[in-house]
Amino acid sequence: MMTDQLSKVFAAIADPTRRDMLARLAVGDATVGELAAPYDVSLQAVSKHLKVLEQAGLVTRGRQAQRRPVHLEAEVFDLMTKWIERYRRQAEERYRRLDAVLAAMHQSDTTSEKPQSTAQEGTAS
Amino acid sequence: MTTITEAAIEADPIVPIIRITRDFAATPEQVFRAHTDPALFTQWVGPNGMVTTIDHWDARSGGSWRYTAQHGDGSDGMQFAFRGCFHEVRTDRIVQTFTWEGQPDRVALETLSLEDLGDGRTRLHVQSLCDSFEDRDAWLRSGMEVGVNDGYAKLDELLARGRI
Repeated sequence: MMTDQLSKVFAAIADPTRRDMLARLAVGDATVGELAAPYDVSLQAVSKHLKVLEQAGLVTRGRQAQRRPVHLEAEVFDLMTKWIERYRRQAEERYRRLDAVLAAMHQSDTTSEKPQSTAQEGTAS
Repeated sequence: MTTITEAAIEADPIVPIIRITRDFAATPEQVFRAHTDPALFTQWVGPNGMVTTIDHWDARSGGSWRYTAQHGDGSDGMQFAFRGCFHEVRTDRIVQTFTWEGQPDRVALETLSLEDLGDGRTRLHVQSLCDSFEDRDAWLRSGMEVGVNDGYAKLDELLARGRI
């Protein structure tokens, strides 16, 4: 269930027009007409994009009958940044272990011995 | 040239790619060896707290590999098996497929390039091309399943409030 919802968020921002719209909404709320102005596309096409963003939870529409301004849900954005940061931290942890392995290799390379490998099971061939 | 001391990451918005860049205080040859010698590779590949056991390893163009990762002796049943093929193994470049056996249809193509920065330093570029955005994002999210983190709590909160 969660996966589907989160995939929607990522799919929503995969489109350059939608990303551009989000960037503009980050400055402030805007109406559909205001959002459509810079693009050479129909209001209908912009509404379609908005629907995708809305379904992903990235934007909400105001209730004022006429204007119904579009509002960016900034915390959903922050969340995505957190996922990526978490993934990055994992990579960093991995590469810090690699740093240590390389330092040990460097030492044994300079004393021209075989790099020390700690006991690892398996039939590495 | 600035040093990338901490891993830098980029999730491409147009294609389902994750790119990671990181500098190492070692020669390209050493970084290459740490990726291709299984006894060295298992010492760092992780994830943290997991023991990696090589099942099969043939690090040359056209070869293949398989390893499992488990917690301690594996008595908690947490064991993950990964496998793939070495498409090309060159001292400055490794191209391989990568899949978690739990989801064998999701196959990523990984390209590692080793850039010689001189003075015994190397910049590693890792590009993972996934077969869909869903797959790419599943990998990005997979970090959340390991350990406790505030992002997860935040997600729970957002889900509970029906925000996403």
